[in-house]
Formats: sequence, C-alpha cells, structure tokens
Amino acid sequence: MRKVAVLGVGMTKFSGKQTKTAVELLAEAAMDAINESNLKPKDIQALFVGNGLGDFSEGQMQPQAFVADYIGAFNIPANRYENACASSSAAFRDAFMWVASGFYDIVLVGGAETAAKMGTPLATRTFAMGSDSRYESPCGLTFPGVFGLLTHLYSKKYGIPLEKLKQQMAQVSINSHYYGARNAKAHFRKEITMDDAMNSAMVSQPLQLYDCCPFSDGGSAVILASEEKAKKLTNKPVYVVGVGQASAGNLMSQKDYLPRIRSRELASKQAYDMAKLGPKDIDVIELHDCFSIATIIALESVGIFEYGKSGEAVMKGETKIGGKIAVNPSGGLKAKGHPIGATGTAQVYEIVKQLRGECGERQVEGAKVGMTDTLGGDGGTICNAILQRGW
Amino acid sequence: MTTYNKPLPQPNADDEFFWRGCKKHKFLFQKCLDCGLIRWPPSFLCPQCWSGNTTIIEASGKGKVYTYAVYHLAYHEGFKSDLPYVTAIIELEEGPHFLSNITECNPGDVKCDMPVEIVWDDITAEFSLPKFKPVRVTT
Ligand SMILES: [Zn+2]
Repeated sequence: MRKVAVLGVGMTKFSGKQTKTAVELLAEAAMDAINESNLKPKDIQALFVGNGLGDFSEGQMQPQAFVADYIGAFNIPANRYENACASSSAAFRDAFMWVASGFYDIVLVGGAETAAKMGTPLATRTFAMGSDSRYESPCGLTFPGVFGLLTHLYSKKYGIPLEKLKQQMAQVSINSHYYGARNAKAHFRKEITMDDAMNSAMVSQPLQLYDCCPFSDGGSAVILASEEKAKKLTNKPVYVVGVGQASAGNLMSQKDYLPRIRSRELASKQAYDMAKLGPKDIDVIELHDCFSIATIIALESVGIFEYGKSGEAVMKGETKIGGKIAVNPSGGLKAKGHPIGATGTAQVYEIVKQLRGECGERQVEGAKVGMTDTLGGDGGTICNAILQRGW
Repeated sequence: MTTYNKPLPQPNADDEFFWRGCKKHKFLFQKCLDCGLIRWPPSFLCPQCWSGNTTIIEASGKGKVYTYAVYHLAYHEGFKSDLPYVTAIIELEEGPHFLSNITECNPGDVKCDMPVEIVWDDITAEFSLPKFKPVRVTT
C-alpha cells in the first residue's frame, strides 16, 4: 500500500434552508479543494460522493455524475455512497483505498446534502430511514428517541444520576456552540449558557432541544493524492495514516454492548492499529455529536476516556482546546451543522485545517495528529480516520 | 372509529408469521433448534450458529423496561394526539430485546427495570401492535 495524503480541502458555509442544490454545494466545495491543491478539474481521476437523502429532498439520484460535469471533470468515474450520516466518511475510506492501492493518483471525495429544505417533519422521517424503520416507525421512534433511550441506559449502566448526566450533556452543547460562534462556516454562530440548555424545549425526554443537532444544508470536499504526487504539489501534506469502518444491526441486535457502540470500538481499533498510534496520541478529534449524549458515548468507544467517565472529563474542561484532547473545535454537528452527506468530509476539512494551523482563535496549538469519527444510523455504520501532519 | 394514521407495520417474508401471530394476540418468536437462541428481529437463519433449523415459540409477554424515552414533540402527524408518549426497549424474560411503547400509565412513572407485561393494541382490521403496561401488584 502507498501512503496517501490530503491536499486541498473545501467546504461551503453550513446553513438552514437555502436555494442551492446538492450538486451546486458540492461543486462549490470541490472547486475550493481543487484550487487549494494547485490542480485543475481535469487532473481528477475519479469522484467519490456521500449523499444520503437527495432522492427525497430533491427528487434527484446520482448527483455525483452531474457534479463531475458541472466542474468540468468531464466523464470521470463518479460513485455515490449512502451510509446514512456517515456517507462521505465511507466515500473517504474507499477513495483512500483506491489511491493506496495504486489504481488512482488523484481523486476528489466529498459530500453534499440539502436536508434543511425538507422541513423538520419530512427530514426527521427520512432521517429515520437510516435506522431500522421496519420496527421503529410503528412505535413512533426516531433518532431523538434513540438517543433518549441511550441516555437513560447510560445513566443506569454507569450509575450516573440523570440530573448530573444532563448537566454533562448540556456542557457538551455549550462547548460546541462556543466553537461554532467562532467558526465562520458554522450553521449556528451563537454561544449558549447552561440555563439556555436546561430550559430549552423537551423533545424526547430526557433530550431537550439543545441536546440535538440541526438539519443543515451544505457541501464539503477533499483531494486525496499519492505521496509522490503530494510531494510535488504541496510542502504541507497531511497523511491519512489510519482508517477503519464497521457495521452493526438494529438497536435490538446490539443489546450485548449498548450504550457502548461495538461498531465504533472495532472501527477505531482498525484505524489505531493501521496508524500504529493509540488514543493518547490524538491531539484533536472531530466526532459525531448528533446528540449531546453521542459525544459522551463516542469518546469512550474510541478509547479516549474510560466507560462512564467522559461526562466528568467534559465538566473538567478536558475536551476543550487546551484540555486533554480538543473535541469538535469546529462546533461539531451541534453548532457547525449536520448536512448528512457532507458531514464526514467536513470533519476531515476541520482536522486538516487544524493540522496546518489555520484555525485562528479555534486553533489547537501544535496539533500533529487528528481523528475523525462518523456514525451512520444507530451504529449501522461507523467510520474512523487518523490524519497526521507530514512536515 | 377514527382512521388510524400512524405508520403501519410492513410485513416481509421473514416477519410475516410474527404479525399474523399478533393479530391473534400471540407473541411469537423464532427459536434456533441447534443452539437454542431465541432471536429478534426475524431471519431465515440463526445469526449465532447459522442454522436454518427453526421453530416458533410463544413468548410470555412479560419483561422489564431496559430503557425508555418520552416524546414531547411529534415527528409524525399521527402521534400528535398521543403526546407525551413513551417508547421503550423491553427486555423480554425469554431473552430478546423488543422495541415498543409503554401505555396505561403516566409517562412520568416509567422507570428503567420496572416489570411490564404485554397489552394488545388492535389498530386496524389487519394489525395488532404488542405494547406494554406496568405490572400492577394486586393485593
Ligand atoms: Zn443457532
């Protein structure tokens, strides 16, 4: 296998409902990534695109083909990945393998979604298609309920009183909003307080509004290249040193592990083993905080904190910039936003910017190694990637 | 009778027996004849030992609340009149975990590990949904 580097990265501002289509959003992000790489669209050999709900939100299949044409990367092979909220992370891992194998030298991987334009009822219903809708729909269960179930379960398994856990969860959201307020590309750019979080509307008890990420519109893209090409094009290559992916069945099938997410434990181990690194080596992580409790669970399944302990670490400030590990300095899904198909490569975007030292007041000083973590459905897909500064 | 406007079960080849059983108020599960696993969701082979040798058993309908969440916001028109409603994973005494709703109680009284028993909700001419209610201690 060859070493693979990330060259340029691009992303649109994440937002609420807007008029641009997924194709336009992805093309915009793609051109930023291509320009940053000192390449032209004709240099791209293949396109890998994450898009979850385009069929429903826009009545449009295969946006990937139209994006290739739109940016003038005429007739290149273009594939779409649907892994619910982890779509572009699955695309990223496959694109990595194609370059690592030697088949391609330069590829574009990205994602786009126009989830906000659907409105909350349709969006929630279509998001629910990412879990086991056969048995969840008749009961009225959707993702906010799934993470409500996991919150009560977490409280029970680790003996943490719900009131205390809710404060820890609120602090997760407060941190995300703090960084989101400082990220020009974030969907929500305002800070929130503990009172705001605790007094927000009840959604799926114990989850309140500020425990939940928004539906967003947006696009993101990155260029992957072989080490040889990368060395010619940039003096700041960021290497993809580890990747992992695993799957799981519905929540009922995961009963021996919950609230631990087994697919995440397996995917992150693959990534660590490949990188020959461990959780203690990670300086910054962009992880899948679709709900505040999801951050607490994820931090444990990727091995950063012990089971039942990450809420305490959040309260001590260990997950903020300057703490033990910087978690979601972009604002995460909670504040940066969650345009499903774009989320994975937007996490890569932030990690690359952090490793290059381009994040201004959100910069994690001296960050050398970063990690991404993306969840599709309720554990159905987990993708992890570890990126390392190459200079 | 008002029209039922929530999402209905969509029986498939694997779980058709289950929904037919529900209609007769029988709570049926597949049991592997080789390793003994009682499984959910239904499948034509046992995910534990890959045997296709299967029998059907009737579960007692008793279990406890493994975990739960109470909806205060409806994502679907059909659930609006039920607010607040309780979704829960029930740990059945036979082993499988089953996703359902807790009814016939104040949502605020639901707790993890509380004993529950099945109650049938005859929603349409074709379907009955297995739901659960707290086991009341009678003196
Ligand atoms: Zn078996």
